[in-house]
Amino acid sequence: MSSEWPLWEVFIRGQHGLNHRHVGSLHAPDAEMAINNARDVYTRRNEGVSIWVVRSSDIAASSPSEKGPLFEPSNAKVYRHPTFFDIPDEVGHM
Amino acid sequence: MAEATVADAAVDPTALFEFLLRMGDNTLILGHRLSEWCGHAPALEEDIALANTALDLIGQTQLWLGLAGAVEGKGRSADDLAFLRDACEFRNLLLNERPNGDFGKTLMRQFLFDAWHHLFLNALRLSSDTRIAEIAGKASKEVSYHLERSRDLVIRLGDGTAESHGRMQGALDDLWPYTGEMFMNEASDAVLAAAGVAPEPAGLKTEWDALVGETLSEATLKEPAEGYMQKGGKRGIHTEHLGYILADMQFLQRAYPGATW
Repeated sequence: MSSEWPLWEVFIRGQHGLNHRHVGSLHAPDAEMAINNARDVYTRRNEGVSIWVVRSSDIAASSPSEKGPLFEPSNAKVYRHPTFFDIPDEVGHM
Repeated sequence: MAEATVADAAVDPTALFEFLLRMGDNTLILGHRLSEWCGHAPALEEDIALANTALDLIGQTQLWLGLAGAVEGKGRSADDLAFLRDACEFRNLLLNERPNGDFGKTLMRQFLFDAWHHLFLNALRLSSDTRIAEIAGKASKEVSYHLERSRDLVIRLGDGTAESHGRMQGALDDLWPYTGEMFMNEASDAVLAAAGVAPEPAGLKTEWDALVGETLSEATLKEPAEGYMQKGGKRGIHTEHLGYILADMQFLQRAYPGATW
């Protein structure tokens, strides 16, 4: 039965003020049931204050084979990190 | 546990005890029935959802039967009441001991009960007995979700494929004669209603009819005609199914009295 249901990705916000975080996926026939299922599967131990679900098929993802062109160029650009400033002692740990 | 209020003292303890057994036995027997699905439901998501509901109901049982034992005053705990009574001493609705059948039938039974449970607990939140109002307040949050879930699934399966529609209509027709018992007044109900402890069961029928009727129509299911209604559970006259449930549920305490782990 579950193989006929679409897959949904589940995002839970743990506390007010934090971002929704991806926690996993599940099967459900529609969005409303996906939220119900997410509540039952992923918030049993009081983990959440808010749930988002999105059809897995609606997520556009980068391709693993594109990893080189997408991410490697930024490896060599240390000047993009804000590590070249002298921080006054009074500021303390940043 | 809250101190007894003035109203508590005025109520016949036997009537109160009977009432608390009805509440606790309803949740205990249905909770046990749902637990039978654990590991067998048609999808992992549904399996966990049913187990969650079962655990909610068993948790509520601890509160109701715990209070029942306190009101009785003979030193019986919630566990004693759950595991050491025979079938004729149970006060649950016959509906709740009906066999699970297929998944659709389990959900239909759940929906018919949830609709009543939700309305009844809401009314109990205003009970003159603060202990009852407190338990009802906690339980009604859980039951609101039970109802939302069972209602959603009844609609989806009723208004689903020809196969699922047929099964849900069959389940409804089969379970319908067990719904009338929810609204039958027992002698003790008048006593409790007069003291403001609990509403008379018959008074909830109109609201239940509206809630259930609306859902069934959305589910494209045909509400069965009012006919003969089964009764007896609230007085301890049960179907043979309860005996099998108790044999399973009580075996350990019967075979090894006082065993703990």
